[in-house]
Amino acid sequence: MKTSKLSFGLFVAPCLIAFLLVVIIPTFSGILMSFTDWNGIDANPNFVGLTNYVKAFTDDMVTTKFLTVEFQMPRFINVFLFTAEFAIVSVILINAIGFGLALLVTRGLKGSNILRSVFFIPNLIGGLILGFLWQFIFTKVFNHIGDTYGIEFLKGWLSTTGTGFWGLVIVLSWQMSGYMMIIYIAAIQNIPSSLFEAADLDGANFILKLKNIIVPLVAQASTVGLFLTLSNAFKLFDQNLALTNGGPYLSTQMLALNIYRTAFVMQDFGQGQAKAVIFLIAVSAITLTQMSISKKKEVEF
Amino acid sequence: MESKKNKIILSIVGVLLALLFLSPFYLVVVNSFKTMKGIFINTNALPFGEYFVLSNYPIAFERLDFLMAIKNSLTITIVSTVFIVLFSSMAAWVLVRTKTWYSNFIFMLFAAAMLIPFQSVMLPLVSLMGKLNFLNPPGLIFMYVGFGSSLSIILYHGFIKSVPLELEEAAVIDGCNQFQIYSIVVFPLLKPITVTVTILNVMWIWNDFLLPQLTINKPEWATIPLKMFFFFGQYSKQWHFALAGLLITMLPVIIFYFFAQKQIVKGVMAGSIK
Repeated sequence: MKTSKLSFGLFVAPCLIAFLLVVIIPTFSGILMSFTDWNGIDANPNFVGLTNYVKAFTDDMVTTKFLTVEFQMPRFINVFLFTAEFAIVSVILINAIGFGLALLVTRGLKGSNILRSVFFIPNLIGGLILGFLWQFIFTKVFNHIGDTYGIEFLKGWLSTTGTGFWGLVIVLSWQMSGYMMIIYIAAIQNIPSSLFEAADLDGANFILKLKNIIVPLVAQASTVGLFLTLSNAFKLFDQNLALTNGGPYLSTQMLALNIYRTAFVMQDFGQGQAKAVIFLIAVSAITLTQMSISKKKEVEF
Repeated sequence: MESKKNKIILSIVGVLLALLFLSPFYLVVVNSFKTMKGIFINTNALPFGEYFVLSNYPIAFERLDFLMAIKNSLTITIVSTVFIVLFSSMAAWVLVRTKTWYSNFIFMLFAAAMLIPFQSVMLPLVSLMGKLNFLNPPGLIFMYVGFGSSLSIILYHGFIKSVPLELEEAAVIDGCNQFQIYSIVVFPLLKPITVTVTILNVMWIWNDFLLPQLTINKPEWATIPLKMFFFFGQYSKQWHFALAGLLITMLPVIIFYFFAQKQIVKGVMAGSIK
């Protein structure tokens, strides 16, 4: 069918204009900004070359003053490693739990639909609210149970680096496994039933079917699942802010929060943007690599 | 077929897991009906006797400016989603039906932008929009259209490719212009994917915190997550208020989920396969 250039333009324009102004232009001007010493206010920032990038990787713990309060920023490299570690652990956990839940609710049990709804609910609630909610559970409820039954392990959660890390992992897993479950359910339901019938005829038990049919064929869907969890874990902001606020001792500050603080608390937009560009490169590189590896492993049927 | 014994074991596992998943909600609900001392004495018990109060709710409701916050959240979410649905379906349709290098290029641009995390464009975006004096709800809605169009166009694009051309050609013969073809013939055909696009965008925009935090500078325009952030900062030591506030802010979504459960699950499934 023929579309005139004019109507093509009119139909694409609203999205394209918003998209260019909101995504594309800021992406490029952000790259320029990362080579300057802009503080967010000055009209004429100076060009400083690669200084911001070098600083990002070499700076020690930074102390800065905002109004009258002293703020400290952790080393960027530590922030990066913490985020990567967090992403790896949560991606594995979330996908494993999501897959397990999907297996459980696709076995024709009574009440499966109710279970699906229950596992999905945490997804609907914003990360900020979830972070506050879990802050109560980790600090108050865990403490109370620890005191009552004398379990030292439960006391003082979120007040150490380790418990802060696992706190964040637990919150994101609780939130996202239901979403992954839905994706894996869709994949399991897409498996042709003839395969299961053939396996039944051969007398295969559930373990064999899982190993030889479900896992290989679900691997295809896990590309999407892994992509979503990986990028969500890497970009985590709300939960980080609400649950630990980067503490204790700046040890749980993740990339997104670090960029935000560098710009708006330290008033160093150039430095913040350099970190943001590194962040962009890292997120794209990791997700593209993951996608190409997953795609190669997919089986056609 | 499962054996009976297996089914019983699996059902028990399912129920236990469900209780585990729901326990955080239980803890918020029971503690939101306690006094501060009641929470201190036992976080796990049901609220009882002198420790049981209802007053946390009206106080949290009022301090959150809940009616105003929900009005703002609803306005921003609904208007943004309507624009995203309308504009991205229009764009996706002509992008599919026009087979030229530039329609391909524009589509690839939208798709590639999926990789850009918000934090990488946040600083230049806020400074640009600040310079243009385009902040608060109008600017925010515009930004949601910009950020929302990538995924929405990809979803519509995939769906439209499988829509047969015949109906549109028939409409051309009947003398319809492009706008009539789109609104009378095409848009109604896109209903299933429109449901998906709507749900994914509503869930994201309703819960978004960072973008409103950066662009809304008038307190009377604060959305629910924004209000909650300030409210929590003020009452973080007074868990009885904080928890009542948390529950109030979660309630609209949970009620919505009760009514639109099937669509939501279907929408998420359809969105994930692409």
